[in-house]
Amino acid sequence: MINIEIDGKQIQTENGSTVIEAAHQAGITIPHFCYHKKLSIAANCRMCLVQVEKAPKPLPACATPVTEGMKVFTRSEQAVKAQKGVMEFLLINHPLDCPICDQGGECMLQDMSVGYGGGHSRYHEEKRMVLAKDIGPLVSAEEMSRCINCTRCVRFGVEIAGQMELGQAFRSEHAEIVSFVSGTVDSELSGNMIDLCPVGALTSKPFRYKARSWELSRRRSVSAHDSLGSGLAVQTKNNQVLRVLPIENEDINECWLSDKDRFAYEGLNTTDRLTKPMIKQDGKWQEVEWQVALEYAANGLRHIANGAGAEQIGALATANSTLEELYLLQKLMRGIGSDNVDFRLRQSDFSGDGKQQGAPWLGMSVADISRADRLLVVGSFLRKDHPLMAARIRRAVRKGAQVNIIHSADDDLLMNVAHKAIVAPDALVETLTQVSKALAAEKQGQSASGDAAAIAKSLASGERVAVLLGNFAQQHPQAAQLQALAQQIAALSNGKFGFLVEAANSVGAHLVHATPGSKGLNAAAMLAKPRKAYVLLNVEPELDSADPQQAVAAMQAADLVVVLSAYKHHATEYADVLLPIAQYTETSGTFVSAEGRVQSFKGAVKPLGEARPAWKVLRVLGNLLKVDGFDQDTSEAVRDEALKGVDVAAGLNNAIGGVEAKALSAAGGLQRVADVPIYSTDAVVRRSAPLQATADAAIPQVRMHGDELKKLGVQSGDVVKVSQGQGSVKLFAVADDKLPKGVARVAAGHTATVALGAMFGTITVERA
Amino acid sequence: MLSQQITTLIDKELKKYPADQRQSAVMAALRFVQDEKGWIASADMADVAAYLGMPQMAVYEVATFYHMYNLKPMGKHTLTVCTNLSCQLCGSGDTLDHLNKRLGIGLGEVTPDGKYGLREGECMGACVDAPLLTINNKKMCGRLTSEKIDQILAELDKQ
Repeated sequence: MINIEIDGKQIQTENGSTVIEAAHQAGITIPHFCYHKKLSIAANCRMCLVQVEKAPKPLPACATPVTEGMKVFTRSEQAVKAQKGVMEFLLINHPLDCPICDQGGECMLQDMSVGYGGGHSRYHEEKRMVLAKDIGPLVSAEEMSRCINCTRCVRFGVEIAGQMELGQAFRSEHAEIVSFVSGTVDSELSGNMIDLCPVGALTSKPFRYKARSWELSRRRSVSAHDSLGSGLAVQTKNNQVLRVLPIENEDINECWLSDKDRFAYEGLNTTDRLTKPMIKQDGKWQEVEWQVALEYAANGLRHIANGAGAEQIGALATANSTLEELYLLQKLMRGIGSDNVDFRLRQSDFSGDGKQQGAPWLGMSVADISRADRLLVVGSFLRKDHPLMAARIRRAVRKGAQVNIIHSADDDLLMNVAHKAIVAPDALVETLTQVSKALAAEKQGQSASGDAAAIAKSLASGERVAVLLGNFAQQHPQAAQLQALAQQIAALSNGKFGFLVEAANSVGAHLVHATPGSKGLNAAAMLAKPRKAYVLLNVEPELDSADPQQAVAAMQAADLVVVLSAYKHHATEYADVLLPIAQYTETSGTFVSAEGRVQSFKGAVKPLGEARPAWKVLRVLGNLLKVDGFDQDTSEAVRDEALKGVDVAAGLNNAIGGVEAKALSAAGGLQRVADVPIYSTDAVVRRSAPLQATADAAIPQVRMHGDELKKLGVQSGDVVKVSQGQGSVKLFAVADDKLPKGVARVAAGHTATVALGAMFGTITVERA
Repeated sequence: MLSQQITTLIDKELKKYPADQRQSAVMAALRFVQDEKGWIASADMADVAAYLGMPQMAVYEVATFYHMYNLKPMGKHTLTVCTNLSCQLCGSGDTLDHLNKRLGIGLGEVTPDGKYGLREGECMGACVDAPLLTINNKKMCGRLTSEKIDQILAELDKQ
């Protein structure tokens, strides 16, 4: 710690920090544009010039390290003169089109020019003009003349997103921010550039010209689209969500937001939104009153419970339903005598049920990921499944951590990967076993060669090891074995292990037991042994299930399907009742994030049309079915009841024991590797038009090793017929030599591939 | 694709830098491309980026930052005339006028036969010989007069 003085204030600060950091710590504001606490120092805007005692010229506070006894003056005559001078230069080429600029009202340049700018300009010559650029559907670069070339967006790309998609081309007066050969910015974190841009050069395309920042009311919420639990500031006007911004929390999302969280709101109120309860009579859908629909559903369920038996009723939910909704759903099912309730729709191995000691979770705090020095990520499409966790790992790697990958696909993670083993899905268990053995050998001073040994060596050399299982590992048919092996590897390397966790409330769903007990059927069994009745909460079976063919067949065979959904989706073909429920922005609720953080939020807007929060719908269903304990008045009461006596910290436990080894049936042929594309994960993002227009939402292709394509006599770019079970689809084939041989990568959760079968297993590819 | 000659030259250049700092060779690599092709197309920049393992955008930044890289075809002989202060005081304006007249092209243009291109240059660090021009960034000619320029063009015409 060293002592410095800023504006006469004595400040103790860490050696190595800069003047601007010390000033901000002490609550002294120094004007700045290019400086950002999360990015490297560029010192190119010069706005933060301050006077330093004994320095002959003003110094940039962002790039001046503190020294013992330093005296800094931020408001002295010299400092203010320098700042005003810089401001005048910055405004020379700025168009000053604030009245038509989206950034107006929340613009750093605007604010700063009030403080430091002149009342009129001394510059009468022509201003420079920079042409507009089209850099994709999310970020608008229509008014690049506004750019002050602070390069925050460029540094964000390089340092946080891991790819340099924007850069500063040309020099001096001609310098401008461009993408390479007018390409689009495809990063899954690109929206953060909008927040970072201190002027109106990069703005939000979907939000463009929708509202002024001061007209918006701001509500605190929590992201429903991945398991990180990012804080959202939902901004609304006239009962409509118009924009979503991050709420800063150093331990969760820092100051970032993935594009999925940021732009998903565009999918909230689409034309297929369900706004009135509907029932199907004589094959025709009719809008009815709530009372009618609820009684219809309750009677149907009662009829089946009394006739065929309550075990003939199954309930499926997605894990981005709130804690309250999942709690009431399982309570309702258990109240009418059925134990069939599950949310793990894409999971295929349930052999860990009963052996798993608690709710599967991250196994550490999110912040611990940044502190880890050796990581092993198993079976994860990391960048797309967990964009901000990937960014955290990327930063850890930049600081010297080693990340190792075991997976069935080799996507570019935009970070240096120390070692990787890319193997077919049926070899994952074997690879992890090898790593575990090599680790044990390593401990006894023996070292082997090969990928597994290299990974083991890397892990053995670490002090803070983290082993993380991704969605692919969790959905894998040998998930329990993978989990047991990860546990072993973590123990051998004195590290922690956990799941990256698929959805916003997966942990919460476990905590409130939205999973079958010993008598009940799990999600896969409920579909494999079709029930007479299903209750679906937020589920689109063909897109959310491990096996869409099986899911659709089960729905079509059922006598009664009660759908609680915000959308009028594919269910109209097999459902009997559609109950319109509120989106996560329209209801209060709670999500439990991957690290076990319980976060409640309030509705930001009123539910659209006659939609009602699902917890209220379930409560009334409970009343109509005469189940006890359905008299809560508020969602808070439901939450308190759900978490009564639940010690969240104690409930989180990844430990698993007694897992039996089971081999995958060797059917031969190609094995399917299925990712769920980043913008296909849940109902809302699937409907967000801007997200669907990005490169990440392109129609899935079949990706295979070049040699496999050659075997089929197919060229990269040809259309091929892809079949599984009774279904087949036609897709473009693409050679991807980074994939292991013997696999075909075909995405799931996308309308283009719903005709196919299970996410794992054999798949046939032939010439079309 | 980068030609064999270019990659050989780049490999030689790479020996000057640590193995994990391949991007240090980017300026040289772009120079080799320009020496061979006369200019640097976007595709060439992408190839250089791939070869050196650096972002395409970073190569583009370098290529657009430095004035001596040609981002479009600039003829077989690119004449770069210095227009900075010393040269201007010593008559670079006349140099340009004479070249305009002789070649029928202005700054940044190429003769229709693709033989000559004319560019504006920055200080070449040899003000003692002002006014100056360079031929393909390789050969510098100083103390220019109309006669000397005609002589230079006559020699180039023979090539």
